[in-house]
Amino acid sequence: MTHRDALRVVVALSLLCASTGFAQTKPASPKPGSSQPGGGGGQFRVCADPENMPHSNQKLEGFENKIADVIAKEFAASTRYTWWGQRRGFIRNTMNATLEEGRCDVVIGVPEGYDLVTPTKPYYRSTYVFVYPRDKGPQVKSLDDPVLKKVKIGVHLLGDDYTNPPPVHELSKRGVVGNLVGFSTFYSAENPPSSIIDAVASGKVDLAIVWGPAAGYFVKQQRVPLVMIPVPSGKGDLPFEFGIAMGVKPGNQELKARLEKVIETRHAAITKILNDYNVPLVEGKAGSKR
Amino acid sequence: MVVAVGVGTACSSSTPSSSGSGASAPAPSPVAEADKQWTMQNKNQSATRYSSVNEINAENVKSLKVAWTFSTGVLRGHEGEPLVVGSTMYVHTPFPNIVYALDLSKEGAPIKWKYQPRQDPSVIPIACCDTVNRGVAYADGKIFLNQLDTNTVALDAETGKELWKVKQGDHKNGQTITSAPMVIKDKVISGISGGEFGVRGFVTANDVNTGKQVWRMYSTGPEAEVGFPGSVETWEGDEWRRGGGTTWGWYSYDPELNLFYYGTGNPGSWNPDQRPGDNKFSMTIFARNPDTGKAAWAYQKTPHDRWDYDGINENVLVDLNMNGQTRKTLVNFDRNGFSYVLDRTNGELLLAQPFVHVNWATGVDMKTGRPIEVPEKQTSATKNTRDICPSAMGGKNQQPVSYSPRTGYFYVPSNNLCMDYEGVQVKYQAGQPYVGAIVVSKPGPGGNRGEFLAWDPVAGKKVWGIKEELSAWGGALSTGGDVVFYGTMEGWLKAVNARTGDLLWKFKTPSGIIGNPMTYVGPDGKQYVAVLSGVGGWSGIGVAAEMGLEDPTAGLGAIGAFKDLASFSNQGGVLTVFSLP
Repeated sequence: MTHRDALRVVVALSLLCASTGFAQTKPASPKPGSSQPGGGGGQFRVCADPENMPHSNQKLEGFENKIADVIAKEFAASTRYTWWGQRRGFIRNTMNATLEEGRCDVVIGVPEGYDLVTPTKPYYRSTYVFVYPRDKGPQVKSLDDPVLKKVKIGVHLLGDDYTNPPPVHELSKRGVVGNLVGFSTFYSAENPPSSIIDAVASGKVDLAIVWGPAAGYFVKQQRVPLVMIPVPSGKGDLPFEFGIAMGVKPGNQELKARLEKVIETRHAAITKILNDYNVPLVEGKAGSKR
Repeated sequence: MVVAVGVGTACSSSTPSSSGSGASAPAPSPVAEADKQWTMQNKNQSATRYSSVNEINAENVKSLKVAWTFSTGVLRGHEGEPLVVGSTMYVHTPFPNIVYALDLSKEGAPIKWKYQPRQDPSVIPIACCDTVNRGVAYADGKIFLNQLDTNTVALDAETGKELWKVKQGDHKNGQTITSAPMVIKDKVISGISGGEFGVRGFVTANDVNTGKQVWRMYSTGPEAEVGFPGSVETWEGDEWRRGGGTTWGWYSYDPELNLFYYGTGNPGSWNPDQRPGDNKFSMTIFARNPDTGKAAWAYQKTPHDRWDYDGINENVLVDLNMNGQTRKTLVNFDRNGFSYVLDRTNGELLLAQPFVHVNWATGVDMKTGRPIEVPEKQTSATKNTRDICPSAMGGKNQQPVSYSPRTGYFYVPSNNLCMDYEGVQVKYQAGQPYVGAIVVSKPGPGGNRGEFLAWDPVAGKKVWGIKEELSAWGGALSTGGDVVFYGTMEGWLKAVNARTGDLLWKFKTPSGIIGNPMTYVGPDGKQYVAVLSGVGGWSGIGVAAEMGLEDPTAGLGAIGAFKDLASFSNQGGVLTVFSLP
């Protein structure tokens, strides 16, 4: 962690955000407190990553963008975004920012139980998956498969404090370390979010272990047919399946209740969007595993 | 004992009382002409932060008054210090990294010029973690600035005109620059930040006149890229490519040996279980030749870091009498809680003593230079480890120490913080769940979160200490008047007796101080002391998010330790300048 730097003092990034006009729309937004997010004719204010397909982007191409529109429609409101990279500081600089301009009310996708926000009940559940070529892939179905010690495995590096996706963490417990190939989640022109899936398709790695929603969309775009196989949790392992909820500012029970109502009534529409984006959905009782 | 190098050469004639006794000050030392200015961060190439200027002394400092103030127009953490060259003061700000030139020859120090860089606004949300800046460098009629977006810029010191601009990295990959550049001969030396994003640390030398890159050396990797052998074999596979070891601290230089010194940060983003080995050269003091970039030696303080003891703290170059022999030494107060004295010619370890409460190691093996670790305090992502001292915020963070050749003491702003490091919990980032370690910082023994120390480097012992409610997060300044200045997170600038630690004077500045006090003699012949205050923006969040953290367990866990900060001060960005009436 390095945080690094020290005093990572910092923070009032929100101020910056305001002064550079980074927020996509200049407000005219309602005053905090009096704001009725989603209230008739109001704004449905969403905190989102500007460049993290297939979740969201500034061109509004992600499945979370589409889901936001479904909710906004139910609220008879227009969607307004505050953009921020979904990494350290995301919640602090968006939902919890001090300046009105930097504020938004809802994060469309957070894991259930994510305690920086008040999460709704989960509206879908997905899993980490193995991704490999359908025809000549290593046919791995479990982290205990000995072949995992021999093949090149693409994994995401989540650039924060000593962090790994849960299945990668469990791989290290099994002594699988040296043959991992890391892919940064720091997107850039040279490193688009699709890079880990592209590497499977091109044979640069033999397989990849990827969070389902981040895999499905890019798997669908490949010419080489790829399969996605859920990674099962062994005994004593971390869970690899997670329920995904919406998040609101801590304590905003009213908005949480309104969102949960829409999640229920528009369940079919939301599920259709997820299917369109090839998100591997798993059954499971919400909140059963965490 | 003399200051080894640097502009303060006049002080080498002084006789330091290394026994450091008593409150009775010896006769004033002659004031070095060069000390009337403050032309580089940390005052001189040895980074002693000592000025022989002595109009303000332990007797009269109680009358110190505000002479003038200046608002930087930016409300975030203000680290570093302004420079004074001739009759011009150069003041920097955090992002957006404005530089002001103030005319000290005119009443009220009006603005001569202002430089406001245009930076890609996407640097803000993407390189989100730290927008501080530790100041500018001056040489040869030019001001050098490192911007958050990794541009190094040269400005005409007279006009503020941009002379050249070079991009050192890509903020979209988590690379930023927060450290001050240092000019050595005809080269500008710059580091890189972003250790929490797996950035592979490097140091770059650019030509002062053209900006052209002369060399770049990495902290990890093959000998050709590190300028020193032995890194690759201390990593599993190719993890050195994400090896961390960023270089965001302070730099010092010994012209006689032609070596410059700096520290590298924590190893890359994998959890410690997944990067077996020493992970060289993270957490290392490097001595490099500024002409070639090659390293003469490298000393790793914390092999295979498990605590985020990000080893970038400044290396102060002084000559000390160790065991009856004068040695060219380098003194470092590390995040890991140990104070190191090394022979700066060859990296030989001469002394290593804890300067704060340390329980992760019982000491340092003087033969191998390795810490003697306490197994129960070794963190792992698979277990909970309680009460590790110091915390990840370090026994001392980046706030630089000062060394007075008159007392022979180091003045050390320190933290008294411990932490719990819990194993696995799942967080969420970049749209996917991941495994995160949780760190909760809390006050150490005694309950005070900081202490300002006088430290005898030869004995390896504390001489006196002033307990601070919050961490002492501003740098130190010592002067020929035997006064030591330091700032606190509440916003107090304090002046204490260099020999006894007695509080002589204090003033509450508009915001918390995380910058470093400096001193100079103005065109009117009077001595001034100046400090930036501005602790950053926690306000409104309701907790001390000034640590850059959003919940008590995120990253460093600073919030747990500083919940009450908002009751002490507010965000700000003000330079306050003091003088005798």
